[in-house]
Amino acid sequence: MSHHIVEAKDLEYSYPDGTPALRGVSFRIEHGESVGLVGANGAGKSTLLLHLNGCLLASKGTVRVGDVPVTQATLPQVRHSVGTIFQDPNDQLFMPTVGEDVAFGPVNMRLPDEEVERRVRESLAAVGAEHLRARPPYRLSGGEKRAAAIAGVLAMEPDILVMDEPSSGLDPRARRNLIALLKGFKHTKIVAAHDLDMIRDLCARTIVLHEGRVAADGPTATVLADRELLAGCGL
Amino acid sequence: MPRIDTALREIGALDSLAAQDTPVHRLDPRAKLIATMAFVVTAVSFPKREVAELMPLFLFPVALLAVGRVPFGLIGRYLLMASPFAVMVGIFNPLLDREVVAHWGGLAVTGGWLSFLSILLRFALTVGAALTLLACTGYVGVCAGMGRLGAPRALVTQFLLLYRYIFVLADEGARTVRAHALRSDSGRPATVRVWGSMAGHLLLRAHDRGLRVHSAMLARGFDGSIQPLRCLRWAWADTAFLVGSLAFFALVRFGHLSELLGRCALETLH
Ligand SMILES: Nc1ncnc2c1ncn2[C@@H]1O[C@H](COP(=O)(O)OP(=O)(O)O)[C@@H](O)[C@H]1O
Ligand SMILES: [Mg+2]
Repeated sequence: MSHHIVEAKDLEYSYPDGTPALRGVSFRIEHGESVGLVGANGAGKSTLLLHLNGCLLASKGTVRVGDVPVTQATLPQVRHSVGTIFQDPNDQLFMPTVGEDVAFGPVNMRLPDEEVERRVRESLAAVGAEHLRARPPYRLSGGEKRAAAIAGVLAMEPDILVMDEPSSGLDPRARRNLIALLKGFKHTKIVAAHDLDMIRDLCARTIVLHEGRVAADGPTATVLADRELLAGCGL
Repeated sequence: MPRIDTALREIGALDSLAAQDTPVHRLDPRAKLIATMAFVVTAVSFPKREVAELMPLFLFPVALLAVGRVPFGLIGRYLLMASPFAVMVGIFNPLLDREVVAHWGGLAVTGGWLSFLSILLRFALTVGAALTLLACTGYVGVCAGMGRLGAPRALVTQFLLLYRYIFVLADEGARTVRAHALRSDSGRPATVRVWGSMAGHLLLRAHDRGLRVHSAMLARGFDGSIQPLRCLRWAWADTAFLVGSLAFFALVRFGHLSELLGRCALETLH
């Protein structure tokens, strides 16, 4: 894929129980951009992010990643280029040891053993977690779990990183480390968060979601300075 | 009632012994798995009143534990924890089978007592061997061995995920119980209604988590089975261990080893 763009057009989604979560969301994110996604609880951030890797498929409207529309048929391709870091690292670290967990994606991509090994080593090094390799995930601290989860995603060498509240549950130092780490990544980044300071630090552009619609979309400094807008969206 | 979360932590402790590096730990999980299964079959295949002939079998787990540097006390503690089940299974035998079959130093021994004793011994042997396998191989190693021996992939995947999430579930359960205790009259146990609701919520949360984990797996290319976890290598030592163990079991089962040993002991005494 030449361009790591992400585009949503009139995206709508209702959960099977009838809850409308997205009611017409449109945006276009260009190659290399770093975009913050903010909104009150239940605004639809997590639901939107699940559409970007095809874990949910739109009821109406379209999502495109690069030149590829996200549909059942293109899922392997889409998941190859979009790496998702979920809100609760416990959900993401399902293998017996950190090393095996990081290898999970590359092994599923049927890469040769040496390539899997290289990727595991390099992604653990990128998040500074080489020493955790043999440890079982359930005995790690919150920051270590987060680092391991990120390594698992990096190992797939995605073009686009999608993160759902990456700083939630971290202590101040782990949070600072995380922000420094994410700043170093050259990927196209989409970060959902309540942590507005992190968004200010990390993202040049911010999209505000409110009740399943885009309430604002623009430079972070402008959007987050608009107190009226933020108050109206429950922030 | 033993606290379920502490019990689970202890299983974790058993499993962490599996990280050691000893000749027993280095054996291929498949060799240990097959040997353990053969051991269990041998132990249960004896006639139901057999006691003396079972004794030499203890050598197998004891040797593994000793070479594998696993504390006997730990395995003993688990056996004690699980022993009420074995006692329940056998407790009526002495009442049902009152035929006198032997005299030990003037004491008349009935067939029922012998079979009860035999049940306890077999319980200790089989459960002890399974725990030994776990402590010397690790849960994941056992799963990998099962997978390579042809167990269905879906089953192995389930076992692996079970092991990962049972701790998370236990933590959630413990938190729920604590939260309830903090807001209820001290000492008053929860009513059935409250327990039902707590269990229901736990189940729903577990289900939600299942869905989220599945999303996370799909996002990283999961296609129905977890790929071979560890490359297993069969070495000469594995063949030697397996053949040796099987020969030993056969000798105990068909060669009346305990009688042989007894005779040897008597002869050296004379
Ligand atoms: N599995 C689900 N089933 C039904 N409704 C859901 C489900 N997940 C989320 N919702 C609903 O969808 C809406 C958006 O939720 P979500 O995307 O999780 O918001 P956010 O991440 O911004 O807090 C909420 O109203 C929420 O109640
Ligand atoms: Mg959310």
